[in-house]
Amino acid sequence: MAVNLKKLVRKEDLLSGGHRACAGCTGANILRQVMLVAGRDTIVGGATGCMEVVTTVYPYTAWKVPYIHTAFENVAATISGVETGFRALKKFGDLPVEREKMNFIAIGGDGGTYDIGLQSLSGAMERGHNMVYICYDNEAYMNTGIQRSSATPFGAHTSTAPAGKVKQGKEQNRKNLTAIMVAHEIPYVAQTTPFHWRDLATKVEKALAVDGPAFLNVLMPCTIGWHFDPAIGMQICKEAVENNFWPLFEVENGKYKINYKPSEKKPKTQLADWMKQQGRFKHLFKPGNEELLVKCQEYVDQEWEKLLKLEVMTAEPESVKTV
Amino acid sequence: MAQNLVALAGNEAVAYAFKQARPHVGSAFPITPQTEMMHKFAEFVANGEVDTEMILVESEHSAMSAAIGSAAAGARTFTATSSAGFALMWEMVYVAASLRLPINMALVNRALSGNINIHCDHSDSMGGRDSGWIQVFCENAQESYDTALMNFRISEHMDVRLPAMTNYDGFIISHTEDALYLLDDDTAYDFIGPYQAKYALLDVENPITVGPLDLTDYYFEHKWSQMEAQKRVFPVAREVMSEFGELTGRSYDFFEEYRLDDADLVMVVLGSSAGTTKDVIDEYRDKGVKVGLLKLRLFRPFPVAEIVKVLAGRKAIAVLDRSASFGGFGGPVFTEIRSALYRQEQTPIHNWIYGLGGRDYDLKQVAEVIEKLQQIAAGEELQEVNLLGIRL
Repeated sequence: MAVNLKKLVRKEDLLSGGHRACAGCTGANILRQVMLVAGRDTIVGGATGCMEVVTTVYPYTAWKVPYIHTAFENVAATISGVETGFRALKKFGDLPVEREKMNFIAIGGDGGTYDIGLQSLSGAMERGHNMVYICYDNEAYMNTGIQRSSATPFGAHTSTAPAGKVKQGKEQNRKNLTAIMVAHEIPYVAQTTPFHWRDLATKVEKALAVDGPAFLNVLMPCTIGWHFDPAIGMQICKEAVENNFWPLFEVENGKYKINYKPSEKKPKTQLADWMKQQGRFKHLFKPGNEELLVKCQEYVDQEWEKLLKLEVMTAEPESVKTV
Repeated sequence: MAQNLVALAGNEAVAYAFKQARPHVGSAFPITPQTEMMHKFAEFVANGEVDTEMILVESEHSAMSAAIGSAAAGARTFTATSSAGFALMWEMVYVAASLRLPINMALVNRALSGNINIHCDHSDSMGGRDSGWIQVFCENAQESYDTALMNFRISEHMDVRLPAMTNYDGFIISHTEDALYLLDDDTAYDFIGPYQAKYALLDVENPITVGPLDLTDYYFEHKWSQMEAQKRVFPVAREVMSEFGELTGRSYDFFEEYRLDDADLVMVVLGSSAGTTKDVIDEYRDKGVKVGLLKLRLFRPFPVAEIVKVLAGRKAIAVLDRSASFGGFGGPVFTEIRSALYRQEQTPIHNWIYGLGGRDYDLKQVAEVIEKLQQIAAGEELQEVNLLGIRL
């Protein structure tokens, strides 16, 4: 499955401009890229959150495809209903327009996915609905004012776990939701970012093609919540992959594949340099907090090592020999 | 027309009605005493008696969320729950009505926790009285079956497009074998008719956005449209009930009047308690006491004009509530009835809260209320809000 950029850019934009996303928001960019691949025969569900709020202020909508929002914690259940409705109406011969296949996409932020929506997501994945769940992970509750979520990385400043005189931001590492989704043994799980457009488009295409549920975790740097220059959102995505903070990988039927491996001898960016560009980590660079920075690096290294091992462990026997 | 006389528990009877509606989708999560309704329906599916696609969700919150998704897709959709399950789906109960989705739900009435209790009272459904759903309460299995069928017609009517709850008392109706008449499948389905959604998400050629952010400039008007839709339930329900009466010989109205014509004293109850009340009313009628019953069926929308017409000018009224409003002035049915009659000549209206957590409502309790009503009618000043059948 090779994504053709020339073809992709000629496709109709199904998320119209004029929505209310912040200047420099990388989330709206994710939605546009997803929709370029998904096309018109797609029904989208949104969990309450930034992307829902900015795209559907009544009486306007940015969505040129059918779209439904019902609540914060239940987009997976809502889309379960829509997808089941499709199968049932097809079986009864009652579809309003004849289609052999439609795409069902549920979209939630990390709050609606890692936290309050985890149960509904788990249920939908276990039941095997033919849907793609896309988490736009901006690592905190941005829509309600940058509160910490279980996706917030260690040390990050948020409004509910702020850096202060005695505390230095979030005290826990982020939850590994992608691994939790892999544990559901669904056909397709992947991580990507909107900077890596070919990677993202290919993964959306694969996710839509599988028979059953698929999950994509997409890093969404937030200019407001992470405190960086709105112009550099895509640069932040690029570097997050280069320094292993957010590896690009996919798990197809249980087999891990890392889509990008930085050169060990000459890594393009260092984690600390990447963090320095973001106000949410500012306090970690104050004298006395060196150990916390080391902890951040250790976590990223440890997760990367784990990922490398998983790739080897789940590889086909032939490729194991060549490792 | 020919109807089959059968013996079924209330849960089975309602499962039968749901099957006969041939819903596209049903969602369900287990909770006592609703469970057997879903067991029965699952059997129909497993035996190919109905083609419904089931979504067996991981919680009631998801049961209602999935029902909303399915109904918004354009599918005839049902679900069922009780008590804490209804409480868990509460957020989505409001969304279902706000999105004007005619989901049909069996609410098998059970006390809310805590402490946990599996038996009947109406505290669950009363939590949903302001949610925008149609709420009908039933006295027995026959009425539950008939109501479930009629509710599809009423809720899906183009003038209405609101979700509907068929309320029947946990265990007392749900688990009690009762004699009832069933329509044959085709007759029942023909009565309900096929479902045609006005707007469907699956109509990808005419994309719609459902559930947008709705702020100060439009939200109020959308709430108004829900209020108006509730008002339109009255003529539609009348029409459906009258057609059902012609079809089956069983007539229904917003409420049932039992020995009410010349009654000075009136009791108002919901649900299965009507049967017990009727028995004791018969006894008192034999003694020459002019007492009657108003069994309220349609609680939402509340048929205020009709209730005022029937209750105005009585000597004393007892409203029985099978749920408490802690810290409030009496139970929810009481405050509603009393408020409805405010501008009428001063009829004393008293409240008895009874049967919480399935506490038995027995003949003695009905007699106690009727005795008190007689004293009130004779001019005695008695306490306005009372507890019935409590052990203190």
